[in-house]
Amino acid sequence: MSEAQVGRSPIDPVRDEVFRKELVTLIPHLRAFARTLTGDPTAADDLAQDAMMKAWDARVSFQLGTNMKAWTFMILRNQFYSEKRRSWRQSQLDQEAAERTLVAVDDPEAPVALDELRMSLAMLPPEQREALILVGAGGFAYEEAADICGCAVGTVKSRVSRARRALQAILESGGYERDGGAAGDAMHAILADAERLSTQR
Amino acid sequence: MRNLALTSSIYKFGRRGRTLRTTGVEDMIEHVPMEDQRKGAASLDEARLRQQAIGVKLRQMFDEVVNEPIPDEFLDILRKAEKPSGER
Repeated sequence: MSEAQVGRSPIDPVRDEVFRKELVTLIPHLRAFARTLTGDPTAADDLAQDAMMKAWDARVSFQLGTNMKAWTFMILRNQFYSEKRRSWRQSQLDQEAAERTLVAVDDPEAPVALDELRMSLAMLPPEQREALILVGAGGFAYEEAADICGCAVGTVKSRVSRARRALQAILESGGYERDGGAAGDAMHAILADAERLSTQR
Repeated sequence: MRNLALTSSIYKFGRRGRTLRTTGVEDMIEHVPMEDQRKGAASLDEARLRQQAIGVKLRQMFDEVVNEPIPDEFLDILRKAEKPSGER
């Protein structure tokens, strides 16, 4: 299309419309990614809206026909970290996760509950969690995930693999000890264990 | 959905308090003890199945949000931004 060639101009209604349509199809994915990053539906939608608007404002710099999903995910991720929602989230989730997981493991024969997976996921280090989400749920190739996270492909691979093991360890252990002791401490022990085991060879 | 049923086995390993059972699982994955080849192979299979089950759930969790209808707010914001003379 010839409009794409003229796409340099900031005002290009046809190109804008093409861009807008594609952006709208990505909103559900942005919301899902934001949800895994923030762990909170309201904060997630705020983040997803911010990212959507940032993408819209930067539309001139986007080359139509390239991977808009990866591009918008990168914007969302940058937005998330720049707002330091990360530290806010961690302090909030530790306690919440501890309480909810203790309930979730009551039935030893229960299948992995979504809620429990969500809480276990929240316990992973952020860089492992996002790598696992992008590759394991978002449908991105390792290379794309590396672009989104601004790191090497090998780094993504190792993060995904560590995340998988840590997640399994958390689920298998039922989160943390049930009686006495600080759940938070036990959780950190699990993560330290999983981390140590996954790096030793 | 068969995978999901298999996840119940996860809990048979767990809940031993502080002495976390990560070691056992890692052993299965990393190096099968020589004296226990057969059991090791079975465990490896089980570990793989458990990973699959987690993967299925992970996608399910993500897709659950993807499949939600887009809140009107998103489209409203975008529509306002589209107005060239900046009505927002």
